[in-house]
Amino acid sequence: MSQPRSSAEISALYQEMILDHYRRPRNKGVLEKADASVEMKNPLCGDEIALQVQFSGDEIRDLKFSGRGCSISQASASMMTQLLKGKSKEEIDAIRNQFRDLMLGVASAEDESRLGSLRALSGVARFPARVKCALLAWNALESALAERT
Amino acid sequence: MKPPKGPQFSPDLNVRADFPLLTNDPGLHYLDSAATSQKPTVVLDALRAFYETANANPHRGAYSLSVRATECYHQARTRIAQFLGVADSDCLVFTRGTTEGLNLVAASWGMANVESGDDIVVTALDHHANFVPWQVLAMRKGAKFSVCELTPDGKIDLDFLARLLTRRTRIVAVSHVSNALGTINPLTEIARMVREKSDAILVCDGAQSAPHFPVAFDSLGVDFYAFSGHKMLGPMGIGGLIGKRAMLEQMPPYQTGGDMIEFVHDDRTTWNVLPHKFEAGTPNAANAVGLAAAVEYLDNIGMDRVREHERTLMSLAQERLSAIQGLRIYGPPPAERSGVVSFTLSDVHPHDLATILDGEGVCIRAGHHCAQPLMRRLDVPATARASFYVYNDESDIDALVTGINKAREIFGYVPA
Repeated sequence: MSQPRSSAEISALYQEMILDHYRRPRNKGVLEKADASVEMKNPLCGDEIALQVQFSGDEIRDLKFSGRGCSISQASASMMTQLLKGKSKEEIDAIRNQFRDLMLGVASAEDESRLGSLRALSGVARFPARVKCALLAWNALESALAERT
Repeated sequence: MKPPKGPQFSPDLNVRADFPLLTNDPGLHYLDSAATSQKPTVVLDALRAFYETANANPHRGAYSLSVRATECYHQARTRIAQFLGVADSDCLVFTRGTTEGLNLVAASWGMANVESGDDIVVTALDHHANFVPWQVLAMRKGAKFSVCELTPDGKIDLDFLARLLTRRTRIVAVSHVSNALGTINPLTEIARMVREKSDAILVCDGAQSAPHFPVAFDSLGVDFYAFSGHKMLGPMGIGGLIGKRAMLEQMPPYQTGGDMIEFVHDDRTTWNVLPHKFEAGTPNAANAVGLAAAVEYLDNIGMDRVREHERTLMSLAQERLSAIQGLRIYGPPPAERSGVVSFTLSDVHPHDLATILDGEGVCIRAGHHCAQPLMRRLDVPATARASFYVYNDESDIDALVTGINKAREIFGYVPA
């Protein structure tokens, strides 16, 4: 027997922070000069993202995204770009793992605190069908990092 | 096996009690029948009865149980052929579903008859299953691949189609009903145009018509018609392809193996007669029996009543949804649609809408509906789609509207 979602779970999913980033995405656009450019589609739903990254040594100096999708995918991309700007490869790897744990619902309180505004996406873990939306930008990031090396 | 007993209906088609999944979950509002339908008890019983009383490999054993399995399989074919208006039931080939039926025509008729420089015509309205097989065939054969454009309200542009048709057109593939918008296409008129302006075969994707209104293949004017059992109350994994005998007889086999042969020499093989030539391997006899029970059930309601019931729900849904600010419905007016409402709500992405509706127990489809060429033309990445069937009623539409209003609250269009 299927169990309809509770209103509380739905409210926990659609936090103000998510809707704010959906409506006013940060770092949306195109970089004039990018070291890595990745386009990624979610074939199940047709959502798409283009991510561009500019590196400076070991750090991400700047990154921007474009594309279209649901509030979860857009907010995730927007908050990801905000958090990763100026971070080193080592820091980025740690954040990526923490975010994946958040999506699996196994992130520690300490990990969550490091994720900043991305914590607003913690409710997604309760919606397995939507985890792929939240991970779209992160999968694009992984490709961009691989493209560089 | 005795045929399943038909249920008794009240005039408002009150059949929800016949569907165990729906009675097990009273709060569920299932509005995704265009994706797959729920199954009535009579279908589940027929499957169980086959396995409990008739299960053996059809066409093989000399013993009476195998003969019984063969008879059940044969009777199922006859019953389904009768339901779809096919006098010659040997012209109904069982497949896994519509997708396999269309691929069968592309791989068999298409590979044998299409040549470089020929033209294959599809429409921008079609499901990927009636688009990609033809695109791949055209690429393999060096044939031209033309996509018929649509009118702004999501119908096949018949003037555009007329201009595409030439003496080099070998295949025209159209859906009877669009899965994404519900548009009912004028097959008779399309068939007349195809016959007049070309020598092409006309292939019809019937996945969304066979479940929803009376279909009589013999007077449909098409050469091939493919359908899926699971969208018409039957089990998953069974469907069929209906074709004209003369064409089916000339076509090479689609798959080879057991059951489809007449005689296997060391250096060559001859083929069995229709329909077996196209049914390699152990057939899906149990699911064919289940599908026969499903069409029996639908006939007991009456396909005219099924259509009327969906029309009533559609008009009601149209009226209630149109009143919601920011909601946009795609496709032609309700009278020209089957039981489908495809829509978007302001800047709320259809996936978000579907998640919020799930919170109200409402199941809808959100996405591109396996019709990306259509979505590009509508200039949307996705739509939300509610689709109706025999077990839906006004309460499902009420729940849909409540859920949509909830989404408007969450996204800040109305104060919570």
